[in-house]
Amino acid sequence: MNIIKIEHIAKIYHLGTQEVHALADVSLNIDKNEYVAIMGPSGSGKSTLMNMLGCLDTPTSGIYEFTGKNVSEMSDNELAKIRNQEIGFVFQTFNLLARSDALHNVELPLIYAGISAQERKERAEKALVDVGLADRIHHKPNELSGGQRQRVAIARALVSNPSIVLADEPTGNLDSKTGEEIMTLFNELHEKGNTIILVTHEGYIAEHAVRIIRLRDGLIDSDEIVEKRFSSNTKKVLGN
Amino acid sequence: MRDFLFEMKEGLFIALRALKSNKIRSLLTMLGIVIGITSVVLMTTAIKGIDVAFQKGISALGSDVLYIDKFAWFGNRDFWKMRNRRNLTMDDYDRFKDLAKLPKASAPVLRARKTIKYGDNNVEGVILVGSTSDYVATTNFTFNTGRFFSQTESKSARDVVVLGSAVAKNLFPRGNALDKKIKIGNKNFKVIGILDEQGSFILGSFNPDNQAFIPIGTIFKYFLNRSRGSITINVRAQNPAMLADTKEEAIGVMRKIRGLKYSQEDDFAVNQQEGLMKNYNNVVGVIQIAGLFITGLALFVGAIGIMNIMFVSVKERTKEIGLRKAIGAKKRTILGQFILESTAICLFGGLIGLLLAIMLSMVINQFLPTSVQYSAVVIAIVISLITGVLAGFAPAYTAAKMDPVTALRYE
Ligand SMILES: Nc1ncnc2c1ncn2[C@@H]1O[C@H](COP(=O)(O)OP(=O)(O)O)[C@@H](O)[C@H]1O
Ligand SMILES: [Mg+2]
Repeated sequence: MNIIKIEHIAKIYHLGTQEVHALADVSLNIDKNEYVAIMGPSGSGKSTLMNMLGCLDTPTSGIYEFTGKNVSEMSDNELAKIRNQEIGFVFQTFNLLARSDALHNVELPLIYAGISAQERKERAEKALVDVGLADRIHHKPNELSGGQRQRVAIARALVSNPSIVLADEPTGNLDSKTGEEIMTLFNELHEKGNTIILVTHEGYIAEHAVRIIRLRDGLIDSDEIVEKRFSSNTKKVLGN
Repeated sequence: MRDFLFEMKEGLFIALRALKSNKIRSLLTMLGIVIGITSVVLMTTAIKGIDVAFQKGISALGSDVLYIDKFAWFGNRDFWKMRNRRNLTMDDYDRFKDLAKLPKASAPVLRARKTIKYGDNNVEGVILVGSTSDYVATTNFTFNTGRFFSQTESKSARDVVVLGSAVAKNLFPRGNALDKKIKIGNKNFKVIGILDEQGSFILGSFNPDNQAFIPIGTIFKYFLNRSRGSITINVRAQNPAMLADTKEEAIGVMRKIRGLKYSQEDDFAVNQQEGLMKNYNNVVGVIQIAGLFITGLALFVGAIGIMNIMFVSVKERTKEIGLRKAIGAKKRTILGQFILESTAICLFGGLIGLLLAIMLSMVINQFLPTSVQYSAVVIAIVISLITGVLAGFAPAYTAAKMDPVTALRYE
């Protein structure tokens, strides 16, 4: 079943008298348990598309159906609920609350879901253990490395068991080694059955995905399935 | 409802976290609220103190007493006219006592200000009340020791004195005033009675505690020329219910004594404490208005300060707000969070103000017996809460309606 179905979506920003077509005309279906990388040059509309998919933003025109429901007809509260329960967001800049420890940061979505303190704590702890931070539960962001911070953010995205995980350049602020570690984590999530969509402009990051969508000037340039099992060398040989 | 409580609780935790991380700023912001709440609590406390003192004073004077006087106590716009009135004399009193049937008691009163000495102790500016033996029946006086002067002592103008409690205390710090010889002016007087504590400071020179009582004849003998000075006639009704009738009779009798024709105005005044009460209410009213003005101003400035700091806080935390929205915070949740935050600031400020007021009221208590009223505590808390909600609403609303994408892009 399609989790995500978008048809002829456009997003136009107005900068003074100038119109910016961040997304010109994009149609796309994404199924359960897909592993999608969105690539493209800077300014091509990747983040705009991600915000749209994550129900953070609404399209200027076109139709977006999330699990069969039309998003543009939803109220603010319904959108908030979808973001809270169906979508897990991971950002390039982590976006953790600086003064709260890892545990509280991960608990946050559960607070908005109205879950009791006891259950929250248990679930947040488990999510932190799952991303390999069992011994960093009470550390604050400034006491953690970049990779560890992103792990906290991933735990936060996963703690409410969302239908999809959206990650906008999750390795953009990390060195390549740490970036690889984070990608290994995403691979594991995918193997466990999660649906993952991530934005990157690094080829070696995108190689972890099964499907790569390239954007250019707000349009889909290419959309292809890659064989994930091949090493990056093999892919080069295959001319990919 | 359960959802609402849950959101309140979580919102409160989030608000407290935010306040904790900005302690100094939060404290400075509270200042206006602290001052406002301190002032409103102190004001109500002071008014209560004045009120208690006043009621006590009134009951010491007796609520059923009329004062026939040359001057009206209140509404002194005719002062010059009243000044030219004939004095009230002892003859007037004697005839009044004869003619008036309703009073329980009546007594002439003439007051003078004198220094009283005993050994090395002296008390300056004591109000010396000259009257007859009937005087005590126009009051509610109770005696610590001794008695009031007798009819004989009064008639023959003996050199005897009854001391108010404060005067006695100052002259005889160790007690045992009875039968001692004291000096009033340069004359010797024998102390024949000491009163219990009666009134309260609010009565000023009318406070029996600060007075000394001697026969009126003695006042004339030593301190005042009989031809000068106008006496007051204190008239006590049988009971408070008969006060109006007693007053009516007193006016009639006085007009007769003064030989006034039908067309002539009274050339005397019959005063009563109701007038005093009215005056008191005016005074308290002024204090209240001044207090409310200060309180209102402080709270207003405080609220503006809090609103300002909340706007700053919302701006600073734009990215955080974006994040919270991205992970599922509803508009009303964000709204509630920031309102709770400003309310928590105000409430905390209010509690500090309350504490300050309680401490200051202990100081005030040294000279104006009073205590912080429960109602004031409740008012203080309610005012803090309301101020917090009002001051927090606009910033909170700004935060609530932020677009999550724009907020997340904010640097
Ligand atoms: N809030 C906005 N207001 C105006 N223009 C915007 C806004 N957000 C994005 N854009 C423009 O839309 C285009 C696509 O932006 P974005 O989706 O962030 O690109 P990418 O993430 O691929 O780098 C860019 O030209 C950007 O300048
Ligand atoms: Mg981007």
